[in-house]
Amino acid sequence: MTEERFSFTAGAKKTLVILGIVGVVLFVLGTVLSMSGGHGHEAHGEHEETALNAQESASLLASADAQDEGSAHAEEHGEAEAHEAGHGEHHESAYWLKRIYSNLWVNNVYFTGLAIIGLFFVAVQYVAQAGWSVGFLRVSLSLANWIPIAGILMFVSWWLVRYDVFHWTHASLYGPGGDEILQGKAPLWFWPMESGSALPLFYIVRMVLFFALWYMLFVWIKKEIFAEDINGGVDHWRKTRKYSVIFLVIFGFSSSVGAWDWVMSIDPHWFSTLFGWYVFASWWINGLAVIALITVVLKQNGYLSIVNANHLHDIGKFIFGFSIFWTYVWFAQFLLQYYANMPEETVYFLQRLEVGNYTWVFYLNLILNFVLPFLLLMTRDAKRHMSLIKVVCPIIIAGHWFDFYLMITPGVMKLEGGFGFMEIGMLMIFGVAFLFVALTSLAKAPLYPKNHPFLEESLHHHI
Amino acid sequence: MESNKHFVLGIYDDEDVLLSAVRKVKESGVKIHEVYTPFPVHGLDEELGYKRTRLPIVAFLFGLLGTTLALTMQIWMLGYDWPMIIGGKNFASLPPFIPVTFELTVLLSALGMVGTFMITSNLKPYGKPRLMDKRCTDDKHVMAIDLAKNDLSQEDIRSIIGNSGAQEVNLKDF
Repeated sequence: MTEERFSFTAGAKKTLVILGIVGVVLFVLGTVLSMSGGHGHEAHGEHEETALNAQESASLLASADAQDEGSAHAEEHGEAEAHEAGHGEHHESAYWLKRIYSNLWVNNVYFTGLAIIGLFFVAVQYVAQAGWSVGFLRVSLSLANWIPIAGILMFVSWWLVRYDVFHWTHASLYGPGGDEILQGKAPLWFWPMESGSALPLFYIVRMVLFFALWYMLFVWIKKEIFAEDINGGVDHWRKTRKYSVIFLVIFGFSSSVGAWDWVMSIDPHWFSTLFGWYVFASWWINGLAVIALITVVLKQNGYLSIVNANHLHDIGKFIFGFSIFWTYVWFAQFLLQYYANMPEETVYFLQRLEVGNYTWVFYLNLILNFVLPFLLLMTRDAKRHMSLIKVVCPIIIAGHWFDFYLMITPGVMKLEGGFGFMEIGMLMIFGVAFLFVALTSLAKAPLYPKNHPFLEESLHHHI
Repeated sequence: MESNKHFVLGIYDDEDVLLSAVRKVKESGVKIHEVYTPFPVHGLDEELGYKRTRLPIVAFLFGLLGTTLALTMQIWMLGYDWPMIIGGKNFASLPPFIPVTFELTVLLSALGMVGTFMITSNLKPYGKPRLMDKRCTDDKHVMAIDLAKNDLSQEDIRSIIGNSGAQEVNLKDF
């Protein structure tokens, strides 16, 4: 096999830079609008209607709580009082700043997932001894170059956004007269420090540890994969497989805990035992869509001729199947809480369904991530044609951004969350930076592993 | 028993030989009735020029029938015929109906597909499947040619098949 190299052309870079600049402009525009526009309906135009909706929803929420006279309501009261009684050590940030923070966190989690799924996909292929995927393994691997950047971004921005995004960081919630539920959960975050301390040690250690482990295994796996190009043989493949096994064991645990820490603890009173899986499903299907999309775009630019309709068919099946898997997990989480109808659980979905700002996202989420991929990718031909992959993948990629938006924003912004230029701009900035990192690393090495023991199998893959 | 169907059978034991044989036989203008293989041979469908199966459409339609049936049944039963309060929900509320709907969709889709496949493959109860040669269920590939559908004489067809790499050339009557 001859080598094939991806050249990250000046033209491609220029397009990305322009997109990035557009992103910055949109972001600044959105920020200015949300500074001047008051409370978050700037991108809508139907100010009054939305405001009315928000009010209605607020009263709806309140009445639902009052009817149930459940603990959640009492809890919230207690919390509010505790807030007022607290030392006032922290005041909430301005609306626009809070919205930036919330947004930043959505993108942190979203792109962390994308990066780690790049490595996860490679590891799964090695552990399963799969041959079909060899052609675009490096596309997947290149996504993982974002891991260290994601780690640093998340670690740094956590200190910035914590009081606005993570309610449980407020010291006034703990101690006598504090929030009972959060006091019970406090050791999960603060151990071995005192509850409510400014340094939630256990939480921070977990975050650092996970990123360090992921990065370490990524470096090891990457080293073996590229050494194989030079030395050949099966030793490097065996070593990669060994590291992949270790990575999968670590990832199985850390992805769940990461999901609780970084996403679920934004709504600290609420919990779902399925949440780790839910976030993983969202990350995974999104990662698959990005891998497929980059592969198709590379193919259309004349690269990766060894990837043909059969390989696309298989990754298309993955996308189709895991879209349904995501829906299954989403529904399992929703149905149980809907049926049990316990106030402390249903409040999570009430916030997302009944608050006017999010209702459309709630349904859009299901349409983009289930209905459209399900119907569009159902037939065999759809999975084998690049044009349809190019339609479905962006739908899924956007859909799962909205999924994370819906997980995080209502918990942070309560009734005031919005979607406008700021959100689109920040997503574009992150996306461009991510693609820059991934494509730069992709250009540094041959596009496919010419000495991979399963390359021959991949060439003859036929379904 | 009067037999009215006559097939010339070529027996092959290697799939590469079979694939090239199919090409040769078709090039010499013989219409192949069917090729029976003990395992799926990649590329055979394309060589034989088969159209894609329409079974997925059947699966989709049966699935749709299942969805409709399940939703209609539950909404009618719990919403109109015998309304019951369960967990304080509306009489006809969608989320609790989804699991049953899903199950019936999958069930009808699968059963419909299996049933359709069996009927179209002549595997229905009391149907007599036409087994050209027992060895095609074991270790031999069998190419069958319907004499009635070919203008060439039996001798010509036998020699074409014999020259294409077949180990044996037999005649089978039904």
